[in-house]
Amino acid sequence: MSPNRDPNRSALIDTALRVWIILCFVFVFAPIAASFVFSFNSDRFPTIPLGHFTTDWYRLVVADPLVWSGLWNTLKVAGAVGVLATVLGFGAAYTDHRHDFFGKQAYLALALLPPTIPAVILGLAMLAYLSRLTLSGSAVSVIIAHVVICAPFAMALIRLRLSQMDAALEPAAWNLGATEWGAMRHVILPFCAPAILAALFITMAVSSDEFAVAWFVSGLNETLPVKVLGFLQGQVSPRINVIGSFVFVVSIGLVIAAQLLMAGRGARPYEE
Amino acid sequence: MRNRPTAYGLTFALPLLVWQVVFFVLPLAFLVALSFFTVRNFRVLPDLNPGNWGVILWRQVFWQAYGVTWLLSATGSLIASVLAFPCAFGIALKLSANSRRWAVFLMVIPFFTSYLVRAYAWQVFLSDTGIINGLLAWTGLGPYALLNTPGAILVGYLTLSLPLVILLQVFSLTYVDRSLIEAAHNLRAGRLRTVFEVIIPSARVGLVIAALFAFILCFGDFVSPVYLGGGHPTTLSILITDTTKSGQQWPRAAVIALMMIGTLLATAFAAVHFAYRGARR
Repeated sequence: MSPNRDPNRSALIDTALRVWIILCFVFVFAPIAASFVFSFNSDRFPTIPLGHFTTDWYRLVVADPLVWSGLWNTLKVAGAVGVLATVLGFGAAYTDHRHDFFGKQAYLALALLPPTIPAVILGLAMLAYLSRLTLSGSAVSVIIAHVVICAPFAMALIRLRLSQMDAALEPAAWNLGATEWGAMRHVILPFCAPAILAALFITMAVSSDEFAVAWFVSGLNETLPVKVLGFLQGQVSPRINVIGSFVFVVSIGLVIAAQLLMAGRGARPYEE
Repeated sequence: MRNRPTAYGLTFALPLLVWQVVFFVLPLAFLVALSFFTVRNFRVLPDLNPGNWGVILWRQVFWQAYGVTWLLSATGSLIASVLAFPCAFGIALKLSANSRRWAVFLMVIPFFTSYLVRAYAWQVFLSDTGIINGLLAWTGLGPYALLNTPGAILVGYLTLSLPLVILLQVFSLTYVDRSLIEAAHNLRAGRLRTVFEVIIPSARVGLVIAALFAFILCFGDFVSPVYLGGGHPTTLSILITDTTKSGQQWPRAAVIALMMIGTLLATAFAAVHFAYRGARR
């Protein structure tokens, strides 16, 4: 029986499904593609037909000192968040991989739950709590809040990598005379290195996109996405598209780097 | 391995535990205390004042916003699930392994683009002189008021939740046992019957979890209601940001936040219960 004659496959339905898949992707990517196009478009209020090609909006953005201070804040915060969240996430992933203990379910819930709490609620809670500790309104408060949100992503990525490791590898190192710390340094860490870098990139990307919690707690130290929120509240301006396109290129760069690290040569389950 | 805690083990386990307790559990717990505080002369003072709860819960504005938010989020989650299903079904069961990997990779990209920028792009599409009305004008129709409507809020909700729902549905459909599908076909079940009586029940847990995540995302979102809905109707997230940012009424905002958490917890428990009860039948 040739595949075409299979009574359970209909060319019509298969085609319809493919068309539907494409429509879904069009819906998801329309705003992303549009903001790229509008960022080079001369009209302040873009419509059909489009105006002419221009790089004016890019020049406006580059000339805006507020954007630069926002970018600087974003990079500072993202860098600190990436390192902290990856360190915490690694510890949690290793704990989950290695140990079985009373209350582990609660530990894992605590480690993975924060991203499911709506940002407005977390933002309000952070604002009120951190201002009691007189920490609110500083870049530190944004870092604290973002580590809470980002550590679960780092943990999930590194946990995935650890699950590809032969469970006997670490005990084997101990039997050969390595201390626990020695085995960590010479077996676990090298094995996890690609996932650790990937986690660093992903958490930096998540942090540099997050605007809601940052908006609540940042005070005067606004990150770039918080500035964008400000632009949205003020006048309509294609500068938003410019910043969006820029942030998109940077975060996609980070994601692709992470993807290559997780899937690349160094990421094979066993290395000869 | 179950063993006694060692200094080595604790070095890795404790930092995250301490961080999440101090900066995640305590802030949320502090919301409960905050909801009983008093505001005097624009300063938030510790107190045991149940008045904030009274003020919020006796206000019609709150319950109106509550109903609207719940209804909009439930609608958004339902639409996202229904639209995503044929897409996820096709990706998981019809595409080749290679195209499937690409489709999944492409669907991850939206998570790393700014949601704010995408909402702004939708403003440009939907506004009275925007792209869609511009296209319609060529055919002699419109212009229609598309922006600042509940429909525009739903477009924003879909932008937020559709990629996640598609991904979760793809994962749950990929794990449906293929031999079940073939058995159904061999027993001469029609295509639709196979989908509704074999595939959906086996993927049920994943499908319900996907819808639940969509609901949670929509319920807490304030970007779509503000920038696509124009602030009307008012949702709970708008109420929270307004109360916090303009009025200094943090205790009242805390009451709203706690009501939202309670609703989300109840919805999550109901959804999980529904998902697993169906799975064990």
